Amino acid sequence: MSRQAIASERGSGHDVAPGYTREGEDAHVVADVRGYVIGLALAILLTIASFWAARTHEIYEPGIQAALVTLAIAQMGIHLVFFLHITTAPDNNVLALAFGVLIVGFVVFGSLWIMTHLNHMTVSMDQMMQMQR
Amino acid sequence: MSVPATNLRSADEALELPRIGVLEHAHATGHGDAGPAPKSIVVGYGFWVFLLSDIVMFSAFFASYAVLGTSLAGGPGPAQLFDLTNVAIETGCLLLSSFFCGLAGIAVARRSQSLTQAALLVTGLLGAAFLILELREFGELIAHGAGPSRSAFLSAFFALVGCHGAHVTAGLLWLGTMMAQFYAKGFRPDISRRYLCFSLFWHALDIIWVAIFSLVYLIGTHT
Repeated sequence: MSRQAIASERGSGHDVAPGYTREGEDAHVVADVRGYVIGLALAILLTIASFWAARTHEIYEPGIQAALVTLAIAQMGIHLVFFLHITTAPDNNVLALAFGVLIVGFVVFGSLWIMTHLNHMTVSMDQMMQMQR
Repeated sequence: MSVPATNLRSADEALELPRIGVLEHAHATGHGDAGPAPKSIVVGYGFWVFLLSDIVMFSAFFASYAVLGTSLAGGPGPAQLFDLTNVAIETGCLLLSSFFCGLAGIAVARRSQSLTQAALLVTGLLGAAFLILELREFGELIAHGAGPSRSAFLSAFFALVGCHGAHVTAGLLWLGTMMAQFYAKGFRPDISRRYLCFSLFWHALDIIWVAIFSLVYLIGTHT
C-alpha cells in the first residue's frame, strides 16, 4: 500500500495549519459552527465543574487540588481540539505541542523541585536570629 | 500470489524511496501531497511555534508563582484577597470571546464582511470587559494595601496575571487592526492569514487563563 493510499484512508493527506478553517467553495459552515458550539459547551461544563469542586465539601479534601488540575488539563485539551483544531494529521503541530509541554514541565516542576529542596536546606531568618542570641 | 506481506511493503517502499528526494512528488510527513506547503500552512505553523514559546515564557511566571505563592511576608493571602465571583465572570467573558473569535473565522472563510465585523466586535467587547474586570480587581488590591510590593506572593501574582492582561491588551489592539484591515482591504489572502494568526493568539490566551483561574484563583483560595 503506498503512503498516499494510507494517507487518504486516514482521511487526510494534507498538512493542516492550526486553527485552519476551510475556505470559499470548501467551507462547511454548519459543521464548523457545530464544532465551536460543542467546544464552548464542554468548556463551560468543565469551568462550572472546576468552580464547584473548589467550593464543595463533597469531595475528599486532599483530592480537590488533583481534581482541579485534572479539570484544567481537560479544558486545555478541549480548547486545543475544538478551538485551535490541533489534530493528529500528518503535520508537525502535535509534535511541536509535545515539545512545548516538555519544556513547560521542565521549567515548572524543575523550579518547584529545586526551590523546595533549597527551602528545606537553607536556615530560615528566624532560626538565624535564634542562633545569634 | 504467495509473496509475504512484508516483502510487498519493502518492495513498495523501494519504489517510492528515490522519489522522496524530489520535492514535487514527496509524500513524506510534513510535505503534504505535492510540493512545498501553501503559505497559509507555513504561516500558521510558524505562529503556532511562536505561541508555544510564549507559553514556555508563561510557564516561568507560573513556576515563580508556584514557588513564591506561600511567601506572604505577614501580608494577606489568596483566600482573603480573591473574589471568585469576579473570576467566574472574567472566565465567562474570555471563553465567550474565544468562541466568537472562532465564529468570526468562519465568517472570514465565507467572505462575509458584515458577519465578520459583527463577530469581531463581540469578541473585542467581551475581551474589553475581561480587561476592565481585571484592572478593577488590581485597583482594589492596590487600594487595600495589597499591591505588588507587599509580599513575594503578590509580586508573583501581579507579574503572572498582569502578563496575561498585557497579552489581552495587545490582542485587543491587534483585533481592532484586523477589523480595520478587513474593512479597508477586504478578504485578501494575506489579511486572512493574519486573522488565522490572531485567532490562534486569542485562543491560546484563553488556554493560559484556564491555567490561571485553576491554579492561582481556585487552588489558591482553597488551600
